[in-house]
Amino acid sequence: MTARTTDTTTTGRAADERNWTVRLRTRLEHTVPPGQALPDRQPVYVASWIYVFGVLTLAAFLVILASGGILAIGGAQWWHTSGTGHFVNSLHLWSVELFFAFMVIHLWGKFWMAAWRGRRALTWITGAVAFLGSIGTAFTGYLTQSNFDSQWIAGQAKDGLNAVGIGAYFNVLNPGQMLLWHVALLPFVLGVLVVAHIVLVRRHGVVPPIDATEE
Amino acid sequence: MSTVTPAQQRIPRPRTGGSYSTPRDGTPDSHGFATRPYDLVKEFVIALVVVTLATVGLSLVFSSPDEKAISMRDWAIAAPNDVVATATGELAGTTTSATYGPPYNTASDGQKLGPLPLQKWGGVRIPVDSARDLVVTPLSTGASDPALRAALGIWNSTPAARQTAWATAYADALAKAPDGDPAKVPTGDYGPVPRMAGSFLTLARGGGLEGELTSSGNFYGGDQTRSLLLLSDGAFLEDQARARHLGGDQWGMMNETGNYPGQPWMWLYTFWYQIEPFSSSDNADALVWGLMMVLSAALVLLPFIPGLRSIPRWIPVHRLIWRDYYRRHPATPTPAAPAAGSAPPPGPA
Amino acid sequence: MGALNLTADSAGSYLDWGVIQISITNLLIIAGMVVLFVLAILLPFPHAQGDEAGEKDS
Repeated sequence: MTARTTDTTTTGRAADERNWTVRLRTRLEHTVPPGQALPDRQPVYVASWIYVFGVLTLAAFLVILASGGILAIGGAQWWHTSGTGHFVNSLHLWSVELFFAFMVIHLWGKFWMAAWRGRRALTWITGAVAFLGSIGTAFTGYLTQSNFDSQWIAGQAKDGLNAVGIGAYFNVLNPGQMLLWHVALLPFVLGVLVVAHIVLVRRHGVVPPIDATEE
Repeated sequence: MSTVTPAQQRIPRPRTGGSYSTPRDGTPDSHGFATRPYDLVKEFVIALVVVTLATVGLSLVFSSPDEKAISMRDWAIAAPNDVVATATGELAGTTTSATYGPPYNTASDGQKLGPLPLQKWGGVRIPVDSARDLVVTPLSTGASDPALRAALGIWNSTPAARQTAWATAYADALAKAPDGDPAKVPTGDYGPVPRMAGSFLTLARGGGLEGELTSSGNFYGGDQTRSLLLLSDGAFLEDQARARHLGGDQWGMMNETGNYPGQPWMWLYTFWYQIEPFSSSDNADALVWGLMMVLSAALVLLPFIPGLRSIPRWIPVHRLIWRDYYRRHPATPTPAAPAAGSAPPPGPA
Repeated sequence: MGALNLTADSAGSYLDWGVIQISITNLLIIAGMVVLFVLAILLPFPHAQGDEAGEKDS
């Protein structure tokens, strides 16, 4: 029995190290400290209203996705001819305005807290890239309105993009292309960035106050 | 305990190589501080409800803008002289699209970022021959009028230099006529251009022009490149935009029609266009883009930029944010304070 | 910088101040954000008196 147990243990451990599933599972399990993915305790220094702007940004992002999803149900032209559609478009516009407002306040707070400290540079980076990516996503949204705004914005924006060679590949005068970037490509990229950002916050924990020492 | 493997004894902290040591900037591990109970999921649900209610409220009160797109017919009815002038300009090769350069044609090299001809490097990947694609082809496809067919026949069989001479002469004459009215243009050597431009206006007014301008090459539209280039070549679109404060030198990038909220986050991008040297530069777009790329990189890489990353320490807003913590945990002098001039670990605040 | 100039036409209301031209709506949004930020930092947070359980995460 013992020999067999040893055998299994020895071969088991060797097999584990080669097993991709085991390696992936172990890696995922250790992404965040145990109990920290959805913790029910937080450090005592997390005591300011500035801390709510991250979750407000996330909530706004979900409202954007939901309102955008409903717009997709009716199609790109629905909101021009339907009162309900127009209301859903309004939901989409105002959730975007709230999203940017909360996100920028969140950024201001994180800057003054120097929240990149303690190996949190990647948290800052994913957040900043998500901010810039959001601007690009909103831009393709404006191009997708199929109204006067879209005509003017496309005509203007093409000059900026053409001037640096990007316009040859990313044609803002082509609503078919812009619509797909807006509803498929960019939300997916943003989603990945947001997930990475949140996982990093859970992994490293909320940054301690400047000059604080561990108790 | 002796049967527990090392893997199961590990302290559950983030696993990075050698991460149990203190980070270089001296920030302690957040898991080493006192904690209190907290409901993360409840906080999220409350935030979601608040944002949803705020969104619904704002939508009910303020709605959203939807100014109708300008059709070619709208343009032809509202500003017929502008349509005629634009068609003439396309034939003369003087419009914005005709002289643009890449990605539409090779009429110009386009803008440069310093010595880098970025616009040229993009290549002509969306080829548009303004005279042919925006005016002659749409006219030809639907031409049933014998006089128009004759005019097109003359145009197509004439050498390019003469074509340009006719169109330029007519364009100049239109510019000098009161209101740019074709009816008030004196007789001159304009060849078939007046007939073509007049028929172009008729085609636009009849609603058939968009269909002739599709770039997608098949039954299904969806690519408005040619229609938008033509519309942008005229003055009408820009006049409408400027009346709504959407022009480039009106901070237009930030704005929306009416009193609706615009894009406040675009403030810095549009700011540069309002001041020298950008406001009078032919390379303004490339320069502003280059500058904003640098600033964006600085934002993303802020943790690594000395000076910038120390601003939070120099201007201690954090002492307000964490005032309760600092009151309860006054700073104690560290036993081995580094001597002045010794190199502290590199890092931010 | 010249005098402040408020223009209100069918295009919406704008504030002109030197090189700066801004819509009243955008100005209100930005001002509102600044106010929110300042309030968020200054307003006392309920748990500040806190029950510090002294328990460490581990």
